[in-house]
Amino acid sequence: MERYATIPVKTGLAEMLKGGVIMDVTTADQAKIAEDAGAVSVMALERVPADIRAQGGVARMTDPTIIEAIMKAVTIPVMAKVRIGHFVEAQILEALGIDYIDESEVLTPADEKFHINKWNFKAPFVCGATDLGEALRRIGEGAAMIRTKGEAGTGNVVEAVRHMRAISDGIARIASLPSEELMTEAKNLGAPYELVTLIHEKKKLPVVNFSAGGIATPADAAMMMQLGADGVFVGSGIFKSENPSRRAQAIVKAVTHCHNPDIIAEVSKSLGDAMAGLEISKLERNSLLQHRGN
Amino acid sequence: MGKPLIGILALQGDFREHRIMIDRCGAAARDIRLPRQLEEVDGLIMPGGESTTMTKLMIEYGFVDEVRRFCASGRPVFGTCAGAILLADRVRENGRGLLGVIDIAVVRNAYGRQLASREAALTIAALDNGPFRAIFIRAPMIDEAGPPVEILSRYQGAPVLVRQNNILVATFHPELTDDARVHEYFLSMNGRDKGLQQHDSFP
Repeated sequence: MERYATIPVKTGLAEMLKGGVIMDVTTADQAKIAEDAGAVSVMALERVPADIRAQGGVARMTDPTIIEAIMKAVTIPVMAKVRIGHFVEAQILEALGIDYIDESEVLTPADEKFHINKWNFKAPFVCGATDLGEALRRIGEGAAMIRTKGEAGTGNVVEAVRHMRAISDGIARIASLPSEELMTEAKNLGAPYELVTLIHEKKKLPVVNFSAGGIATPADAAMMMQLGADGVFVGSGIFKSENPSRRAQAIVKAVTHCHNPDIIAEVSKSLGDAMAGLEISKLERNSLLQHRGN
Repeated sequence: MGKPLIGILALQGDFREHRIMIDRCGAAARDIRLPRQLEEVDGLIMPGGESTTMTKLMIEYGFVDEVRRFCASGRPVFGTCAGAILLADRVRENGRGLLGVIDIAVVRNAYGRQLASREAALTIAALDNGPFRAIFIRAPMIDEAGPPVEILSRYQGAPVLVRQNNILVATFHPELTDDARVHEYFLSMNGRDKGLQQHDSFP
């Protein structure tokens, strides 16, 4: 007797990725560099967020040829992004045998109002969130993993910090509420009541929560871990830096040893230039990716 | 005799779930991130995770000889999934396993990618109270087990829970369920030579 694609099977893969670094890659060669550096998984995409931001245009799911080449190049799990609401891109990724689908605000949304019904898929989904209500809506739609959105492609960790704190604060608040207040809390959050009561009981999210969007240095990664992330996604931060392999290895070690400043200091030495960063307050509000799909 | 202290290798993976399981079983758990921390513990768990990442970090921080020495001391060691790959003597695509402390050969991701991950009910003769709900995530397969290895359970013909003296290996994830029986079995292992109880009585 076997059962496939159950909730524990979908969330279970994310459990295995904890304490690890998931790296954005655009070619099979980059995927190999990421795997050799200790990545627990790679995210296959056509352009890293910094380039999407700089070049503009509609950002879509990556060409299946590239995704397949990346899947062939490495033995670690491979993730790929689909546009918010674009369930056919998700069907394609599932047909390719992808390990995880990221329904991502980094790509141009295909649906302004609705996300994909992720319960329809056998492949597990990860989705971005800026606060607890958004995280619980995505989980309610079937996401098996959450990542804070941050502000992708900026090399600026400030939004990732804001979102991680917002989620932690939301959980702490629900945990402290008397049970008669939970329905109103669910209404205010725009979150499913059942998930709010689950948080009240367990005092944590029912799925793994990684940090993403703006992590560029080992110190950034370790800080997100200390703030409660289960692991980190590094997008543009690796392959837009001067020495991707070295930086990738350093970030992997900083995540494992996030509570050990001696090790973080050691791995932070002589990494070459980090990616150039952007100050969020100087960006137009409508150029921010985090407001897409909430 | 105090309660045993179990080290959980916490370089990467689902070490927290193992820690929770060990707590539930009434033993104490401690995360292990550097080899010197091994000295203080009575048993060791190598969790599920990505074996390539864990291999790299174990080599980098000098774990390999220290964990081999730990295994040779007779104290119980339990590896799940990635942990199984690290403990195995042979890994099909690489030749040698990293630690080589149990006489098995494993094939990584043998069932396929994530879409082939599954739950299955296992019969484990050593456990009372019926089948065990096993969760396999991109699981390895044990395709060969030498004479010293005792096969405690099979799935589709292949061994999935095996033991060689003080070394216990599962290709599935008992830590992801609410069922603590495999962890209780691990804590009861006193080896047919040296093991948990004997070590635990040391001053």
